[in-house]
Amino acid sequence: MSNEMLYQRDVYGKTLIELGKENKDIVVLDADLSGSTRTSFFACEFPDRFFNFGVAEQNMMGAAAGLASCGKIVFASTFAMFATGRAWDQVRNSICYSKLNVKIVATHAGITVGPDGATHQALEDIAIMRVIPNMTVIVPCDGPQTKDAIKASLDITGPVYIRLGRSKVPTVEHKRPFELGKAEVLRQGEDVSIFACGIMTKFAMDAAVELEKNNIKATVINMHTIKPIDQSIIKEMTKKTKAMIVCEEHSITGGLGCAIEEVVAECACAIPLARIGVRNRFGQSGNEKDLLKEYGLQPEDIVRSVMKMLNK
Amino acid sequence: MEIKQLEKKAKQMRRDVIKMLTKAQSGHPGGSLSATDILTCLFFKVLRHNSADPKWPDRDRFHMSKGHCCPIWYVALAECGYFEREHLDSLRNFGALLQGHPDVNVPGIDVASGSLGQGLSVSLGMSLAAKIDKKDYRVYCLMGDGEIQEGNIWEAAMAAAHFKADNICAILDQNGFQIDGCIKDVMNIEPIGDKWKAFGWNVIDINGHDIKQILDAFEQAKNFKGKPSIIIAHTVKGKDVSFMENVVNFHGVAPTKEEEVIALKELSDE
Repeated sequence: MSNEMLYQRDVYGKTLIELGKENKDIVVLDADLSGSTRTSFFACEFPDRFFNFGVAEQNMMGAAAGLASCGKIVFASTFAMFATGRAWDQVRNSICYSKLNVKIVATHAGITVGPDGATHQALEDIAIMRVIPNMTVIVPCDGPQTKDAIKASLDITGPVYIRLGRSKVPTVEHKRPFELGKAEVLRQGEDVSIFACGIMTKFAMDAAVELEKNNIKATVINMHTIKPIDQSIIKEMTKKTKAMIVCEEHSITGGLGCAIEEVVAECACAIPLARIGVRNRFGQSGNEKDLLKEYGLQPEDIVRSVMKMLNK
Repeated sequence: MEIKQLEKKAKQMRRDVIKMLTKAQSGHPGGSLSATDILTCLFFKVLRHNSADPKWPDRDRFHMSKGHCCPIWYVALAECGYFEREHLDSLRNFGALLQGHPDVNVPGIDVASGSLGQGLSVSLGMSLAAKIDKKDYRVYCLMGDGEIQEGNIWEAAMAAAHFKADNICAILDQNGFQIDGCIKDVMNIEPIGDKWKAFGWNVIDINGHDIKQILDAFEQAKNFKGKPSIIIAHTVKGKDVSFMENVVNFHGVAPTKEEEVIALKELSDE
């Protein structure tokens, strides 16, 4: 078991340099957060293909559309809150409606942003990005998968939203190469299926280990691609396991949990389904550990919820 | 085309706008007619473009940020041969090529518009792409005077000057009206030239219905280096249709059959 901990945004910054060397059409944009998002790495290496828009996310997204319309592959980065919230209209109408080749790589998503508090903790971004037609949504679970996701986004000629966190995240032991739209089964067990994305993937693995001590066998599924959602694995789990639980560092409204419920609801084979996520609340300041506890996002919260569902 | 021919062309395009909107019984005549002379000059004299190759990488870009005035854009594109003129008859219809607001299914349109205030940013992106690729194409962006109440416009204005985007020529179709009334009553934008100057732009003030002034302004903008240019075109909403001129209701209401007859008579070549 590796104990590697990586900043997803470090991986993003380094990957951009790699891609920038291979592909001269890659252009990177930021809105005064290039140090935090690590697009500053690319800016140092390729100053002619980097543009800092200052604190003006709407303008950045509109310009991203214009650049993409001229054949550029645009990476536009800022915090998840501003990339998706402040500039939603520009993302919808100027980028997605015209199906332009813009990769929105947003960092500092979720509650683990920590001390900055509620205004900077995007808990709705998955919901408001996945609802837009033409948009692909990826939430990589760790450092290595961040690199895979960034690279895979180039296979799509169109908009992609990639959600990254602020904190270091533990590297998960992967079972298969990253494939966009295809979930990764990290562990097999017939009692419960645990679906997770982002930082919650590792917590789901930890929960599975705990559950095994209580003689509950869990399948753990890394749902890195939220849109298009891997319908087949969801349907398969409704048959193979007795209950499902979805874990996300996001509002339970509109995120991965809802995306999975939408599939389950339409396949007429519903089994008990629980959701781990933020429940109709804003975030607040604090350290990562205290916040994960307060908002019920720890491995033990997953364990408790599964035990309750299975009446154990 | 020479000035006389451009004037004639503009008149014909105004007739086309009236006809297509009457047929559709929906759409925005006022701002289409105020922008007609500007678009005529662009599409038949100023722009370097080729309708047989709409994606020609070296083409000048035109983007209509005030997307609701697309009827005149559609007419200009059809007249240049980007698509068959018959499409003008199905504007805003179900299944039609020509949507109520511009989209990329229309040959010659690069990015959708309609949600106001985004087009100058889009144009800035096109301008930056030219700088990266060391191409000499120019980017023209038409904005409405109501539209520039959007904050996004001023973000783009600041950035275009910052990036010294002198390949951008914005045109402000200043017809003085927005859907709720006179601009000065709804949300005053004056002193507008001073605002653009303060943002670092080369500002050119003209009568937006005088073909010679329009052409001269585009030439002046093209020769101005180091700053983006904006042509503040003083126009009349509903221009050349007597009962539409400066009538706010014709911002977004199509003419009736009876009104069409009168309008076409006023716009006839005789």
